[in-house]
Amino acid sequence: MKFSGFRVFAEALKGNTGWRPLWRNPEPKSDYDYVVVGGGGHGLATAYYLAKTFGQSRIAVLEKGWLGSGNIGRNTTIIRSNYLLPGNEPFYEFSMKLWEGLEQELNFNAMVSQRGVINLFHSDSQHDSFRRRANAVILAGADARLLSREDLRAMVPFLNFDNARFPIRGALLQPRGGTARHDGVAWGYARGADLRGVDLIQNCEVTGFRIVDGKIRGVETSRGYIGAGKVGVAVAGSSGRVMAMAGMRLPMESHVLQAYVSEGLKPILPGVITFGAGHFYISQSDKGGLVFGGDIDGYNSYAQRGNLPVVEHAAECGLALMPMIGRARLLRMWGGLMDMSMDGSPIIDRTNIEGLFFNGGWCIGGFKATPASGYSFAHLLATGSPHETARAYRLDRFSRGYVIDETGTGAHPNLH
Amino acid sequence: MLIPHPILGSRDAREFTYLGDVRLVDRPDPTGPDAEAAFCDYVFLRDNPAGVHRELWFHEQGDRSCLVVTRSTITHDILGAELARDFALARKRGGE
Ligand SMILES: Cc1cc2nc3c(=O)[nH]c(=O)nc-3n(C[C@H](O)[C@H](O)[C@H](O)COP(=O)(O)OP(=O)(O)OC[C@H]3O[C@@H](n4cnc5c(N)ncnc54)[C@H](O)[C@@H]3O)c2cc1C
Repeated sequence: MKFSGFRVFAEALKGNTGWRPLWRNPEPKSDYDYVVVGGGGHGLATAYYLAKTFGQSRIAVLEKGWLGSGNIGRNTTIIRSNYLLPGNEPFYEFSMKLWEGLEQELNFNAMVSQRGVINLFHSDSQHDSFRRRANAVILAGADARLLSREDLRAMVPFLNFDNARFPIRGALLQPRGGTARHDGVAWGYARGADLRGVDLIQNCEVTGFRIVDGKIRGVETSRGYIGAGKVGVAVAGSSGRVMAMAGMRLPMESHVLQAYVSEGLKPILPGVITFGAGHFYISQSDKGGLVFGGDIDGYNSYAQRGNLPVVEHAAECGLALMPMIGRARLLRMWGGLMDMSMDGSPIIDRTNIEGLFFNGGWCIGGFKATPASGYSFAHLLATGSPHETARAYRLDRFSRGYVIDETGTGAHPNLH
Repeated sequence: MLIPHPILGSRDAREFTYLGDVRLVDRPDPTGPDAEAAFCDYVFLRDNPAGVHRELWFHEQGDRSCLVVTRSTITHDILGAELARDFALARKRGGE
């Protein structure tokens, strides 16, 4: 089933009776060459690129709930590639390039919208650090612009420029940054993988690994044992719990991050805006809801729901930044499980167990990484060597002293 | 969340700063033969359990004591709290 404008038109005339499910719902086979654990964005993208780009077959994705029930369907959808450190920036720019061609690649509307990401600064030192970051971004071949207060006023006049405590001095703009439809991304990759023969197996929780003589043989699941040549784990916030079943302790804590959506409003926000004096980011969905978020709650959690102090903090930041939203009503809020790593950067690597590979540690920012993460993980699984943009994401970087700490806050997962 | 402070009674969790897994109390011996590996483990690796977790909460906006709080990471229920000092002393007396 190919999607096109013509198809939408033709279906409208036929009363939309011709649409079919986007993927099969197969029974698990007894064994596969590749088993990907976790049907979130990263797991689905991994399976897609394994089949499509690396020409592999006999692939399954095992998901304990339904596809996209985790963070891929819970995030605030911001995509950008304006990182500072050389271990990160080429990877995120690779991801941005994949985003730019994603809908054509998948023949699926993921609503990728490069509406720009504005990061505000409020002090001289912040100005300096943003200038440095902009230069690093440009050196890596991505785009960045520093905006003066006047430039910014012309673009987003409704901001509270003269807040007594945190006046807005300017901003870092990434014009190619923006948002994408989070579920659409999961569905697009799922459909693309299914079309290439990948078995997407839902309601199938991995409950153990079968490891013989230091080599992976397969996985125990709630739907029985499934043999596997190679196993790639991409379970985001459940990483600690799942890798413990292989006897591993990770440089990671699981935390909860909340997101909030207001009632639908007329278009007011042109793109993504982030506050520089507190953790707060906001954009407006195509349906009109203000989609915003703030900090993680800050304590270990597997609850997928948070507490009120962080809600209050996010709301306060929002009001300090744009008082006009004070009367918008909050419609919905929810939480997702964050795999907060010790340096705030991800891991895409092999493990000490032959044939077992790990992808995780995405912290609060792994949505934007979905295409590159899937591509790099597929590269590692298929070829045995890391993708050139993901070479720094090794598990042993902590013991070797090569941490990638964007925020410079040290081994405190709740501060990244 | 309300934390049952052993001296001050029930206190709002936002008065506290979260420091993480209570194992941070067990700083390795820097002169030990495997000190480098032990410190790497101590600084970076965590059990990160889904279930009961013992963790350090520092009463930064209060009496500046450090507590060992026992809490479920699945329900956020707080099952108990004691002074980290008492915890560490009891460990010293009992262990080693
Ligand atoms: C509120 C919120 C806002 C966010 N905002 C942004 C943002 O603006 N920009 C950005 O870049 N990132 C953002 N993120 C982060 C981003 O969503 C995640 O980093 C990313 O989605 C994680 O990868 P994933 O999609 O594979 O995870 P998930 O979708 O969580 O996939 C993991 C899957 O593994 C499954 N699983 C777990 N255990 C097992 C098991 N034992 N067996 C089988 N399956 C299992 C889970 O059910 C889940 O479906 C946000 C996250 C949240 C929660």
